[in-house]
Amino acid sequence: MSRSVHWLVVSLTLVAVGLLLVAHKHFSLGYPLKPGEIEESWTAEVRLVILPEAGPVKVELALPAVTPGLGLLHENFISRGYGLTTESNRWDRGAIWAVRRASQRQLLYYSGVFYADRGEQPFAPVPSYPEIPELPEPFDTAMQSIVDDVRRQSADIASFAAEMVARINSPSPSEEMALFLGSPEYRNNPVRIARTLLAGARIPTEQVNGFTLTATERRARPERLLAVHNGRQWLFFDPESGRQGLPQNFLVWWRGEQPVVTVEGAELQDLSWSIRRNELGALDLAEQRAARHDAWASRFSMLELPVQAQTVYAVLLLVPVGGFIMVLMRNVIGLRSFGTFMPVLIALAFRETGLIGGLVLFSVVVSSGLLLRFYLEKLRLLLVPRLTAVLIIVVALMVTLSLFSHQVGWDIGLSVGLFPMVIIAMVIERMSIVWEERGPHEALIEAAGTALIASLAFYMMTRESIQHMVFVFPELLLTVLGLTLLMGRYSGYRVSELIRFRRLAKEL
Amino acid sequence: MIGLVRKLRAAGVLGINARNAKYVLEHNPRRLYPLVDDKILCKARLKAHGIAVPEQLGVVRGQYQAGALARRLRTLEAFAIKPAMGTGGDGVLVTLGKRGKDWVTPGGELLTLADIQYHVSGILAGMYSLAGQLDAALVEALVRTDPALHPIAPQGVPDIRVIVFRGVPVMAMMRLPTRRSGGKANLHQGAIGAGIDMPSGRTLSAVMHHDIVTQHPDTGAPVTEFQLPGWQDLIRLSARCFDAVPLGYLGVDMVLDEQHGPLVLELNARPGLAIQIASRSGLQHRLAYVDQLENPEGLSVDARSALALNGALPGTAAR
Repeated sequence: MSRSVHWLVVSLTLVAVGLLLVAHKHFSLGYPLKPGEIEESWTAEVRLVILPEAGPVKVELALPAVTPGLGLLHENFISRGYGLTTESNRWDRGAIWAVRRASQRQLLYYSGVFYADRGEQPFAPVPSYPEIPELPEPFDTAMQSIVDDVRRQSADIASFAAEMVARINSPSPSEEMALFLGSPEYRNNPVRIARTLLAGARIPTEQVNGFTLTATERRARPERLLAVHNGRQWLFFDPESGRQGLPQNFLVWWRGEQPVVTVEGAELQDLSWSIRRNELGALDLAEQRAARHDAWASRFSMLELPVQAQTVYAVLLLVPVGGFIMVLMRNVIGLRSFGTFMPVLIALAFRETGLIGGLVLFSVVVSSGLLLRFYLEKLRLLLVPRLTAVLIIVVALMVTLSLFSHQVGWDIGLSVGLFPMVIIAMVIERMSIVWEERGPHEALIEAAGTALIASLAFYMMTRESIQHMVFVFPELLLTVLGLTLLMGRYSGYRVSELIRFRRLAKEL
Repeated sequence: MIGLVRKLRAAGVLGINARNAKYVLEHNPRRLYPLVDDKILCKARLKAHGIAVPEQLGVVRGQYQAGALARRLRTLEAFAIKPAMGTGGDGVLVTLGKRGKDWVTPGGELLTLADIQYHVSGILAGMYSLAGQLDAALVEALVRTDPALHPIAPQGVPDIRVIVFRGVPVMAMMRLPTRRSGGKANLHQGAIGAGIDMPSGRTLSAVMHHDIVTQHPDTGAPVTEFQLPGWQDLIRLSARCFDAVPLGYLGVDMVLDEQHGPLVLELNARPGLAIQIASRSGLQHRLAYVDQLENPEGLSVDARSALALNGALPGTAAR
């Protein structure tokens, strides 16, 4: 009893561990379950044109540091002749280009590739309460009046901020608000108005500059958002529409009112942004993402291997699948086959020849090889020389077939590799032994069983979804192993036995 | 389909998976396999336990002994040559007697010395052994069937297969060669399988290639309700084999020789399941009955035989 408990625990654990690993890789790291899945990513690019004056040039560019809802896949800097340093801390990042002497117009590029990432994170440190700004009259009185007014009509910081934004954008602004809207310092800058007025209520705010990543935009303009801290978290407001919340795929580039770039010793002639939408294989994306997070999955990934090894393992990892099908066919269905793993090997050989071509080729070569072997039988050769003779004949047959099929322009004959040839020789030998010992009836039954299992295994092993699953999720081997162990103590009837015992059942 | 499964299960019909998982793997320790897989070892072991076996006339272990084999064969009239590691009667060559310089097979063919030597070299190269490993050939005296069996086995050598579970004989059948089976007692090749009533030793129903038969196809003689002579001795002999080779799930193949009486031909560690069809009865209930006995292996041969003969096994009560 304890042995079967042990067996059950081990096999179910293997199955579960395999599936859990797959689930983890899929749900937390985004490894796709289906082949050829596409995910969106965006390339955001800044292009700076600077015209140097005499002397050293220093260009500082703020870079996206913390981007809630998005992840940075990789980035590139292009700056011929400039020294590049990047500096970063928890909340800010910047690139500094410097050159001692520059003479001509120069282009500097930065581009980063971003993807939609799960998981929210705070985008800026928790601020302290701002001082109430000291404004000249009549602005100070207007501010007091607006703040008191809004406070009366709001319940908390969120509704206070929302009400404030709504008032700024009101088509018929109050007299006090019109004062702000009309002044040169605040004109067309609702974020600045909101920040000043909210500071009047000692509410911490931040200006957020960035882009909404949707489609490809050749000349994108940074948008401003108003961020308000309510004591626990940052709330975002669109300063024009008043819409609350961070728009989907909003890339936070930099914070604050200061410009994104500062240039010393040169003139900034042009600053342009472009957004490009890319389609990236979900697998590549997951792989790069995992590598960025330094997750175990990226280190234990088949994709880390050299390409040559990858192609080998892509095939090798399918063998257990074929083996499991064989177990099912033999122990549950009860098909008979030559040897235990011959059908799987034949299925592998079919990968090189294709199914129909392979079946035809195998039948032709095996039956002619069999005929010649029976002829050899008459010569009364000892076993090992006879086997070798069969092997030589198989090679000769295949060479003939290849030459012939090439002549008639039928290329299946050429796809026979080294591997199928050895397997064909083995099949001929096994088949002729069974033929002799158990008769043609049994030999044909086993041949048919072998062909059927091989075709089924081939079918499963060439499903793109299955190839993808075992290659991307090699931990499925554990699951297949667990299922095989489960089958290892399957003691129910085989389908073939039901047929065999059918008449017995009638008599009972 | 489900109904069929339920019916078979209720009748205790054993499938291959269940046989392997619950009986062969549980009760047959691997280390004992060579004793049954190698007929030469098996014979020696049985003989050492005083169990009668067909006389061993010679053993050929290598091609170099071909000359010695030829000299030995020339002195023999009738014999059987078997691969030591063969399975299911494969590679067995039988001669009934000599005609001139040649030997006659049960099928009426004539074999020259060279034919026989070729067959032996095939055996030695491992053609009939399980994994193709090098093998030895065994030359045995020909078994001449007790004439008492002639009514149901006009040609060839019929044998009696008993399944012995933990020392207790639980089910038995007789395999009757036919013309179709080429004189061989091999169900696959068309021999008749006749179930035997355990307490009485009378044949019950019979099957041939899944068909129920009551008459021998070659002679038309009835094959059911035939009383086997010396049934109790046969059962006792099968139970004794367990003492020689303590495999818990054991198939014992016996023959009735004209001169020597019951002889053990060979033992099998993975006996087939066709015996259930021949007996029209499932094995499972009988195995379960033995399993619930306290230490059946410890009982004497007579006590174990008595279990089979007194109708204690499920489904074998006197009819």
